[in-house]
Amino acid sequence: MENIYLSIVLAPLIAAIVAGLFGRQIGRAGAHTITILGVGVAFVLSVLVAKDVFIDGAEVFNQAIYTWAVVGDLTMEIGFLIDPLSALMMVVVTFVSLMVHVYTIGYMHDDPGYQRFFSYISLFTFAMLMLVMSNNFLQLFFGWEAVGLVSYLLIGFWYRKPTAIFANFKAFVVNRVGDFGFLLGIGAVLMYAGSLDYVTVFGQAEQMQAQSVNIWGEAQWSALTLTCILLFIGAMGKSAQVPLHVWLPDSMEGPTPISALIHAATMVTAGIFMVARMSPLFEFSTAALSFVLVIGATTAFFMGLLGLVQHDIKRVVAYSTLSQLGYMTVALGASAYAAGMFHLMTHAFFKALLFLAAGSVIIGMHHVQDMRKMGGLRKYMPITYWTSLVGTLALIGFPGFSGYFSKDALIEAVHAAELPGATYAYWCVLLGVFVTALYSFRLFFLVFHGKERFDAHTREHLHESPWVVTVPLILLAIPSVAIGWVTIGPLLFGGAFGTSIFVLPQSDTLAVVAEHFTSPAGFVAHGFMTPALYLALAGGVAAWYLYLKRPDIPAQLQDRFHRLHAVLENKYFFDAFNEQVLARGSRFFGGALWRGGDQGIIDGVLVNGSAKAVGWIAGISRRLQSGYLYHYAFTMVIGLSLVLGWLLIRA
Amino acid sequence: MASNLPLLSILIWLPVFGGLAVLALDTWMPGRAEQRLVHWLALAVSVATFALSIPLWTQFDRATDAMQFVEQVVWIERFNVEYFLGVDGLSMPLVLLTTFITPLVVISAWEVIKQRPAQYFAAFLIMEGLMIGVFSALDGLLFYVFWEAMLVPMFLIIGIWGGKRRIYATVKFFLYTFLGSVFMLVSLIYMYALSGSYSILAFHQLPLGITEQTLIFFAFLAAFAVKVPMWPVHTWLPDAHVEAPTGGSVVLAAIMLKMGGYGFVRFSLPITPDASMALDWLMIGLSLIAVVYIGFVALAQQDMKKLIAYSSIAHMGFVTLGFFIVFAAFANNPGGSGAMLGVQGGMVQMISHGLVSGAMFLCVGVMYDRMHSREIADYGGVVNTMPKFAAFLVLFAMANAGLPGTSGFVGEFLVILGSFQANFWYAFLAGTTLVLGAAYTLWMIKRVVFGEVANDNVARLTDLNAREFLVLAILAFAVLLLGVWPAPLIEVMDASVAGLLEHVQQSKL
Repeated sequence: MENIYLSIVLAPLIAAIVAGLFGRQIGRAGAHTITILGVGVAFVLSVLVAKDVFIDGAEVFNQAIYTWAVVGDLTMEIGFLIDPLSALMMVVVTFVSLMVHVYTIGYMHDDPGYQRFFSYISLFTFAMLMLVMSNNFLQLFFGWEAVGLVSYLLIGFWYRKPTAIFANFKAFVVNRVGDFGFLLGIGAVLMYAGSLDYVTVFGQAEQMQAQSVNIWGEAQWSALTLTCILLFIGAMGKSAQVPLHVWLPDSMEGPTPISALIHAATMVTAGIFMVARMSPLFEFSTAALSFVLVIGATTAFFMGLLGLVQHDIKRVVAYSTLSQLGYMTVALGASAYAAGMFHLMTHAFFKALLFLAAGSVIIGMHHVQDMRKMGGLRKYMPITYWTSLVGTLALIGFPGFSGYFSKDALIEAVHAAELPGATYAYWCVLLGVFVTALYSFRLFFLVFHGKERFDAHTREHLHESPWVVTVPLILLAIPSVAIGWVTIGPLLFGGAFGTSIFVLPQSDTLAVVAEHFTSPAGFVAHGFMTPALYLALAGGVAAWYLYLKRPDIPAQLQDRFHRLHAVLENKYFFDAFNEQVLARGSRFFGGALWRGGDQGIIDGVLVNGSAKAVGWIAGISRRLQSGYLYHYAFTMVIGLSLVLGWLLIRA
Repeated sequence: MASNLPLLSILIWLPVFGGLAVLALDTWMPGRAEQRLVHWLALAVSVATFALSIPLWTQFDRATDAMQFVEQVVWIERFNVEYFLGVDGLSMPLVLLTTFITPLVVISAWEVIKQRPAQYFAAFLIMEGLMIGVFSALDGLLFYVFWEAMLVPMFLIIGIWGGKRRIYATVKFFLYTFLGSVFMLVSLIYMYALSGSYSILAFHQLPLGITEQTLIFFAFLAAFAVKVPMWPVHTWLPDAHVEAPTGGSVVLAAIMLKMGGYGFVRFSLPITPDASMALDWLMIGLSLIAVVYIGFVALAQQDMKKLIAYSSIAHMGFVTLGFFIVFAAFANNPGGSGAMLGVQGGMVQMISHGLVSGAMFLCVGVMYDRMHSREIADYGGVVNTMPKFAAFLVLFAMANAGLPGTSGFVGEFLVILGSFQANFWYAFLAGTTLVLGAAYTLWMIKRVVFGEVANDNVARLTDLNAREFLVLAILAFAVLLLGVWPAPLIEVMDASVAGLLEHVQQSKL
């Protein structure tokens, strides 16, 4: 098996290296052939692995590949842990990546950096696979930062664009704030559990819970709570949770295929995956779970609201992604890890679909992204239209679509949670359903229905995208509809995750949901008795009324509530605060330390001051001053000889 | 078996005499410089030195912390001074770093140095031999001779081939470092008076009271802190770097700074363990100031060389932090791996910083050769005209920011893990480098590499030539190899680090 796992990660890596270093020699066709081949191999093998794990019930594989370093008693290794959790992620990652590779042929058709782009996305696939297949914290951090690197390179792919290179810088630094917490979390794991290997560390969870540590003042923390919160700060960076979410909307400056692959389906879900992986730790810390719950709920609701005021089609989808990541996080906080992972999977399909559909629209509109200049695209782009509708219905959780199963299950689980903050979280995710439906259909109606708001020139060239674009849309639409029916039973209630997710019996919220789960169809029927469904429908109707029936109303609302609108328009002033206070403050502080500390005090007073003092003394004994360095050195040697003589006499 | 050969002596004296040969060739056969004969001779000497240093690695016994490749003969009988050489796991990697970097410096200067190339190459070769001497000397006085002699070529390199303010920079550099090291000489002599020998290994066993230890500790600190350099005696470094020619900056950053770090593990910790323990708060404090304060200062820099110089100081802060958390780690988490992680991390950080900062200075040199400017504001959009170069620069920048998979990650990672076991807040403050390091490095990259072509000068840039490509590719390979698989390097140091830690736990009182 080891060779299969190695092939899964190495195939995309080798393809990336070849396309990256020899792009010119192999040409465009060569670059996309080899990378698609690499990712294709990884996908097929991942499916085989998933079949082994889920259907044939293969044993968990946990083995080192090579030893990275041995420091004292501590062995740090690179190795794989293949269990249901990683197998699921491997399939999702390689499938979406494969779709995006194919789609890229169409989307990046005219781009001079064609080969480079394929090299990057294959490299990303490698890094993401290393992350999800890891069996230890070191490799997790490797993958964690490596996906961040590729994200940096891809957001700044169009490196001439000032907004793009600002966005990638911002993304990297904000992610580093999260990684800072994450690295300290790994330090805590090593300190309190004495190992970096998952299985060993998980075995220490209760012992860590019992240890108390004192990091500030008199307050005693459980070592486990400290560890989990530090690790979760890493997840907040990568999975863009408030207040470290600010980089994700800006990351839309990158080409659309990577928005789908990295900033919707895979990389941003790394934090969710990580917490699910760490469930044997988080389960024992109520405080950490509560923290996760509240952060997730805040992100889910308040980021969704921002989607309502965006005009750029990709940014609406980006805020939707933030909000949906919040949903997944809430599920984790409610100990419904399986529901979080389930939503991660369904979201990967329908959100990748929505992004790629948005990309298809952008191709059709010749790289116009402003929805105010669209409208009525339905008849020009039928495939994009219908697949977008599927994605939208899945996103709002329309009964029977994949998003319905995952979102409803997690809302129910949050409802059953009893942690501090659970009530707040429940209201956030519930009201979030209305908001989701409202911004989703706002986008849908503004783009595909209503009046055509573009010029004649655009209309002439407007047509459906080529097959390399539409085929991935169709292939992603299929799981967006069907995957929920097939997988809800085994994943949530059938124990398909096996031992890879650990839940304490007393906090098992999904068990409560399971009580009224009979079959997928029954679950759909049950949905008609919950408020979530009606909120979603209300959101859709409201969008229809506001943006198709009476398009004058939104402007009036905007005038009436201009204060609120300003808050939303300015994204709760997070960016302004970060730029004006943190970034400028740091630069100012750095400048002050440099001019005041280094140049002023150290050089000005101490160094040059001493030099002046020497000069003053020398002024008195001017004759000794020759100005030659060797005279000074000679004087020093004489002084030394005196000291030496004294020491020798004394000895 | 080459073990019968006096390998360390060869490594020291081959480049020294090679350097003299280069000078002789230039003097007696003038005009050869134009034919690049002196270049080829210098390259041959430096490559031969590197080749001869490889047995140090392959024949090194990884199981012992004893000195290896030992050579010991009487030098000055009357004062019991010996010509005593040997390496252990702490010094051998630094010798290899020296022999690895020097040929790259020679190649990088190939057609760039037009003024007195023979003297330039000779200075670097002689300096190489002296630096190897510093890392392999086991006699205190011999060490001191190499330590001081090495300053002379560097002094000349900055003073002759340097920039506009080179005189200010050289005097500052010389006085700072010379003043620092005279105190060390006093300590060495004092210990000689006590033990009757200059053997550093004898000094390790010398029983010393706490007052003596404290005085000796501060004397060594004066010498080593200036070299590292530690805050607040660091202000010579940015000036020296800015004025030095590219090769000078590379050797300064890659090798010379390491002598300070090496001094702490060879002298301060084993000779004055009790004083080190009593004063570890001071060392940790200064190291953390270096990481945080200097990190902010680096953000404010407009000159690329200054920025990298400040980044060097911050990175060297990890070295001293790693070395001096050992006592707190033992106390706070007995039985944990914190102390081991700290010292190993500090050592790896030295090697890695040698590669990464050397590469960064070479990259700036590549740009400076074309544009004659180091100001960030004069650049912008370099990737458009120099794509290959930009790829290398981004790689080294990422290594500078400590990205996993590059060597820059390994040392920082180990030191942060180790310092967590000493105290949460040490790790917290050290960890800020993840944010600060990324911010100052990538902000420079954003302004220099990316964006539209900023001006006509950038538009006229030509990409790397084969010579530059070769140098950067070798360094890139080393940076990646060490990041992906640091185990072999850590393995050679393991026994010596363990031995050192065992030694420092024994109180001399």
